[in-house]
Amino acid sequence: MPHITLGETQITCPDGEVLLDSLLKAKLHIPYSCRQGLCQACMLRSLDVTPPAAAQIGLKDTLQRQNYFLACRCHPEQDMHIALPDQHGAAVTAVVINKQWLAADILRLIVQADSALSFYAGQFINLQRTDGLTRSYSIANLPAPDHTLEFHIRRLPQGQFSTWAHDELEVGDTLTLSHAQGSCHYLSGNPAQPLLLIGTGSGLAPLYGIINDALNQGHSGDIHLFHGSRDPDGLYLVDELHNLTATFANFHYTPCLSSADNNLGYRQGRAHDLALTNQKSLKGWRVYLCGHPEMVRESQRMAYLKGASLRDIYADAFVVGGGQMP
Amino acid sequence: MSETAEATTPTLSLFEQLGGAAAVDAAVDIFYRKVLEDYRINRYFSGVDMEQQAAKQKSFLTMAFGGPNNYSGQDMRNAHARLVKMGLDDSHFDAVMENLTATLQELNVPENLIAQVDALAETTRSDVLGK
Repeated sequence: MPHITLGETQITCPDGEVLLDSLLKAKLHIPYSCRQGLCQACMLRSLDVTPPAAAQIGLKDTLQRQNYFLACRCHPEQDMHIALPDQHGAAVTAVVINKQWLAADILRLIVQADSALSFYAGQFINLQRTDGLTRSYSIANLPAPDHTLEFHIRRLPQGQFSTWAHDELEVGDTLTLSHAQGSCHYLSGNPAQPLLLIGTGSGLAPLYGIINDALNQGHSGDIHLFHGSRDPDGLYLVDELHNLTATFANFHYTPCLSSADNNLGYRQGRAHDLALTNQKSLKGWRVYLCGHPEMVRESQRMAYLKGASLRDIYADAFVVGGGQMP
Repeated sequence: MSETAEATTPTLSLFEQLGGAAAVDAAVDIFYRKVLEDYRINRYFSGVDMEQQAAKQKSFLTMAFGGPNNYSGQDMRNAHARLVKMGLDDSHFDAVMENLTATLQELNVPENLIAQVDALAETTRSDVLGK
């Protein structure tokens, strides 16, 4: 009988019993609902071994790769260390090593973690100030040997954390980082698949990470980035992205301005309209959407109706005041 | 396969004949797209979270495919009560059934199996419409 360890607790899962039942019998609080592998409420993560394939059916492939699985569909085949989705991994401390303004209201914050963090570019991490104030930010860089992480922090008018990060946080200060979360990241294994990435504002951060990850891994299919902003100020990393198009023939970059005031040569209109309206078919494409929740919702629907499979659409809505904060 | 072997093969369930969970996944992607594109009914699907909605469609199709499910008529009534107030009636249910049949045809499901799926889906009509 396999031994299953969750935090401090170890249980055994008898043959023929699903893990969810064993966990519930042990009085562990595991969220669940449908018990038939559909609602994904009972999703857990294996911290060591690869979970049984049957327990991963229906999960997004990025989550499968991160060893997530459904407890209601899991008949453990071997000992496992597991965790709830928001519980695994200890927090690490990081020190600020660089602050740079990419645009008037967008800060590039580089921190160095005191130990290795496992993450994919495009996932998000909770940054915590010493007094406990916490916000989620997307990771804009690839895992680096020196444990550095890059975040793009947009100054929000009432944003407690972003205002502090812009005005008061100094090089040398420390922050606490959670483990990385989220399924919005590049996945190797299908290098010819066309990719469409649409972002508004600092929604560029995860997309920038994903693009660099894809190119770094030799992605050969076309990669189309549409970055939108109301004002020219909100379009940042423009030169870097143009340079990238010069280096990689399969990378295409379209900066878009939704305001009428546009004499800078940018495309006129909302990024997702420009990206999706004239697109005949997205069948077989992988689509990444990051930024304004309304944009993400509309684009998700449009991309799906244009033929992209729902499981190939990765959406990361930046909800102000909720979980994800730009 | 000889005729005798065929005769002794245990009968596959409807769910197995359709291709099981993988077939449900393929069908959901096509079915939900048809529903969202159908001007007769798509207003009932506006403003919903697409991933959650797709999970519900999957639950419904699993049931209609004869798969393992914990279908509850009461849940179905509760979920659609708001839409019935908005005017959901038999014509809309018929439209959904049409989309379901078209989905199965697109997936080249044999007509006799389509008829069985339609019959199972049809059993939800009174719950969906709150009758």
